[in-house]
Amino acid sequence: MVKNQTSKIELKKLIPIVFSMATLWVAMSFTTRPSGGKLTVVFDHYVGDQLLQLDTATYTNALGQPFTITKFKYYIGNIRLRKAGGDVVAFDDYHLIDEEEAPSKKISLDIPAGEYNGIDLIVGVDSLHNCSGAQSGALDPVNAMFWAWNTGYIFLKLEGKSPASSSPGHVFEYHIGGYKQPANCIRHVSLSFAQPFTMENAGSKELHLKADAAEILKTPKAIDFSTLSSVTDFHNATTIADNYMDMFSVLSVK
Amino acid sequence: MRKKTVVILSIVAVCAILFGFTGVNKYFIITDEDVALKIPKGFPRPHYKFKDNKLSPEIFVLGRKLFYDPILSKDSTTSCASCHQRIAAFAHIDHALSHGINGLIGKRNVPALQNLIWKDAFMWDGGVNHLEVQPLSPITNPIEMNESIAHVIEKLKHNQLYAEEFRTAFGDTAITSERILKSLAQFTGLMISANSRYDKYMRGEDTFSVAEINGLEIFREKCASCHEEPLFTDNTYRNNGLKPDTALKDKGRGAISGDQFDDYKFLVPSLRNIEMTYPYMHDGRFRKLKNVIDHYGSPQNFTPLAAKEMYEIGTLTEQDKKYLLAFLLTLTDKSFIYDRRFVDPFVQ
Repeated sequence: MVKNQTSKIELKKLIPIVFSMATLWVAMSFTTRPSGGKLTVVFDHYVGDQLLQLDTATYTNALGQPFTITKFKYYIGNIRLRKAGGDVVAFDDYHLIDEEEAPSKKISLDIPAGEYNGIDLIVGVDSLHNCSGAQSGALDPVNAMFWAWNTGYIFLKLEGKSPASSSPGHVFEYHIGGYKQPANCIRHVSLSFAQPFTMENAGSKELHLKADAAEILKTPKAIDFSTLSSVTDFHNATTIADNYMDMFSVLSVK
Repeated sequence: MRKKTVVILSIVAVCAILFGFTGVNKYFIITDEDVALKIPKGFPRPHYKFKDNKLSPEIFVLGRKLFYDPILSKDSTTSCASCHQRIAAFAHIDHALSHGINGLIGKRNVPALQNLIWKDAFMWDGGVNHLEVQPLSPITNPIEMNESIAHVIEKLKHNQLYAEEFRTAFGDTAITSERILKSLAQFTGLMISANSRYDKYMRGEDTFSVAEINGLEIFREKCASCHEEPLFTDNTYRNNGLKPDTALKDKGRGAISGDQFDDYKFLVPSLRNIEMTYPYMHDGRFRKLKNVIDHYGSPQNFTPLAAKEMYEIGTLTEQDKKYLLAFLLTLTDKSFIYDRRFVDPFVQ
């Protein structure tokens, strides 16, 4: 009998807790399904001021060495859109952006209405997703962006040809990856919009980001094809990673 | 006499008809019980818990088939089982170095496959960080199976049998790398060896000879700091004092970590089923277990970079070596080696 009474009392105490939790849940379910619009993030690939053309166009690096580009693909993830009030809208999935696959260069995001003044992302794949076993989608190893002998994702591939390269066929290839110190090649990118944009309900906006492949060969370290034509493991990887960190800039929001 | 022959013949005929009608050899049927994960008494919590890869008989059966199918290699000649032989606790018996397609010779000894769910890193250098992605390494290695996972998927898609296998295992016929890798992880992850005479002795189900008891004592004093019970490895990388092979030029862990202090270190292997996994060491340089024990008991032969634990062993007497050998042979797990769940399904 005594036992029964206490459980009744406890149950009474629980009612307001349960009620407030239910209210919270209802409130949360409203906030997690906010009305908003569609933001399409478009990655426009450039080499300096020119739009990137694979195979055919010849460019010149900072050391005056001519080159062509045959492959340019990379992972981006952890997209964070910064709202004017300091809030962020976060997306946790990864995207493989590939110059050869036009649809891969457009990412469609549903974002709440409001004013936005910047975007953050990482180039690469975070350590959790490098240690999660078999994955699908962008992180499927069929995409040939995975090292099997020292497991982990290749964050970025830039391949091409230059007469200056001493590699067979005068090729250069930079396959950059690595999520562990001291060769951690994940790079955080934070960009601000010159003018904040406002997303209306049911609205749609297109954000164009410039990804400049020339930057990967330029700053802070100018890459000399005659001495560094191949990076395919942790050797020199962070040099290239430091270079690709600043390859993005905002072109426009329309 | 004649009557007897007739009786025997008719029994054989009836059996053949029955077998023919059912079409399935019961020996190869995998049940829910067969894929139930049982953590052996005294074992720690596994590292791989089949999270997001729920064990099922159908997925296990698919993994078993893939493990034994040479379709995973470039020229469809070499399966996982070509080098990981069940009778050798899934090592490559009597082969110092791994063999690949086109007669290519690899640069390392094939490791035994057992108790993999307790490992957080794979291969002699620990370069692979997860059980599920482990098969990608031998599949894509040019001197092993030299194949791409994308092409494996293509080949499987052209094989009618596999569409049905994938549907049975996953509910639809889609063939993806994730499904291939997860089914292989179910098959290899359930390779648990914990029923050797040593295990039975520890559980009080068997007795040891005096030599075996003495061997266990010496082992615990001199070997167990790296070959930690009950898995017989501490999953670390050590230099065991072997002179690097000048032809192989294998830096081991150093080539993975990029840290020169890791050069010539290799993952401490488990010693379970060591009787069956000859030859020994990362490059298979020792043919006999006795050669291995001789090396560990001869500190004067170590290279200067040998781990400090190596010097703690000291010089082993001939008597010590005999006892150690007697103990190491108690790690053979016949019930693991003859476990019907792991038998090649293509023989049925």
